[in-house]
Amino acid sequence: MKSLRIGAGAGFAGDRIDPAVDLARDGNLDYLVFECLAERTIALAQLSKRQKRSPGFDPLLRERMEAVLPLCRKNGARIVSNMGAANPRAAARETARIARELGLHGLRIAAVGGDDVLRKVRRKLRPENRGIAQEQLVSANAYLGADALLDALRGGADVVLTGRVADPSLFLAPMIFEFGWALDDWNLLGQGTAVGHLLECAGQLTGGYFADPGYKDVPNLDTLGFPLAEVDENGEALLTKLESSGGALTIRTCKEQILYEVQDPARYLTPDVTADFTGIRFHEIAPDRIRVRGARGTDRPRDLKVSVGFYEGFVAEGQISYAGPGALSRARLARDVLASRLRWIPAADLQLSFIGVNAMHGEALSTAGPEPYEVRLRGAARHLSEPQARKVVQEVESLYVNGPAGGGGVSTSLRENIAMDATFLPRSSVAPSISFEVA
Amino acid sequence: MKLRQIAHARAGDKGSIVNISLIAFDETDYPLLVEKVTGEKVSGLFEPLIMQPVERYCVPSLGALNFVLHRAPTESVTRSLNLDAHGKGLSFVLLNMEVDIDRD
Repeated sequence: MKSLRIGAGAGFAGDRIDPAVDLARDGNLDYLVFECLAERTIALAQLSKRQKRSPGFDPLLRERMEAVLPLCRKNGARIVSNMGAANPRAAARETARIARELGLHGLRIAAVGGDDVLRKVRRKLRPENRGIAQEQLVSANAYLGADALLDALRGGADVVLTGRVADPSLFLAPMIFEFGWALDDWNLLGQGTAVGHLLECAGQLTGGYFADPGYKDVPNLDTLGFPLAEVDENGEALLTKLESSGGALTIRTCKEQILYEVQDPARYLTPDVTADFTGIRFHEIAPDRIRVRGARGTDRPRDLKVSVGFYEGFVAEGQISYAGPGALSRARLARDVLASRLRWIPAADLQLSFIGVNAMHGEALSTAGPEPYEVRLRGAARHLSEPQARKVVQEVESLYVNGPAGGGGVSTSLRENIAMDATFLPRSSVAPSISFEVA
Repeated sequence: MKLRQIAHARAGDKGSIVNISLIAFDETDYPLLVEKVTGEKVSGLFEPLIMQPVERYCVPSLGALNFVLHRAPTESVTRSLNLDAHGKGLSFVLLNMEVDIDRD
């Protein structure tokens, strides 16, 4: 039976590069897939491109490509990634340039676009909808499916760079292409989507976001390896990682990851299929070697999901710490001072909390414990103009001199906030495009 | 006992929605989770955070439950002022839940 080895090279934009290099070198891979585009990342990339601060693709594109292109060329592995972000064509040109610099002549790089639907969404979202003015719209990107990548693979691309594509679809596309799966064989697409979903967060399958000492121990977390799947033609797969790498790939890590960011496990919606994870079984056949089978699928959703980015003013944040006897009462006094000085901010747009006490989940969900040795007051406010946001920052800084005794270690930040919402568009109004570069 | 003794959990987010999986360490404990960790109880636990009752999905083949929490629209990862805007740490709020199970 034909099989395919697909590795996960990244689980987010800023992810480590060395585990991907290890997989490219020693993984005997057919494909190396880098998932680098979180919900808001593409809006930030659009903004940065529009303001001409960057070309709009992933800032680590060059570093990643320089590290893995020679190994992938040598070992015959193709690369698939959404590192194209807001500008897949420019990312493809840059990758061709890098390949030429490395002497990798003839390398074919495909750019898959068409996910940018800002003009269409602008027409659809009238100001009365959600009370949002048109000028606040920053970006709108449809989630393309695996089908949008097939022509790139058929065209012999060694590297496929996309913008917004559903994460599991980046992994499913090579399976459809290599195995000749029909685009309406829902059970196969469901199983392939399950494999893609397990791989898309890279280290989260191999022991990342998992360790809880004494309850769930993970060996050598500092050298965490990224996973790879050996997928069979029938969609079943063996999940594993390099023996030399740290971490652990177990039934437990697999169970946590298959349900990660899932609502109804019987109806996981992607552009390709409505996947059903409720029949999935994991079997450990050896340490760090887990077989997965049993996912199914039904018809794909009619419409495509679109993530829409909006300007929502500025967010300001400031922190200051208090330690030793009376730390918490001094921090509380500092909070009261800050609350009074910032009373011009609507209550819903200001949050004051104590790191070490209740900053993660709020007062109501935090369990009271013994008083900590040190406490960090945190103030955060939103929907501000830039000058207002500066005032918040100044008020926290002023606590050094004008606040309670012994306040130290102030840090502040001020950023323009892009918020994300989702809407839907009919498939017929989204047209994927493709172009090639040759190094 | 605390749920953490018999189950593990992972939180994920999509916009203002947070899902928390709850997985029995030992699959034979799955029926206990189904019985003791009801949607109603979990709704009560996260009451300050949610806009509607928690949805509970059962996945017997994995020995797992999946809880879906709908936070306020202002509490999405791109809007929340919380230090933990994603809600990544909420899995441990669930694991800290007390359940009346007698076991040595």
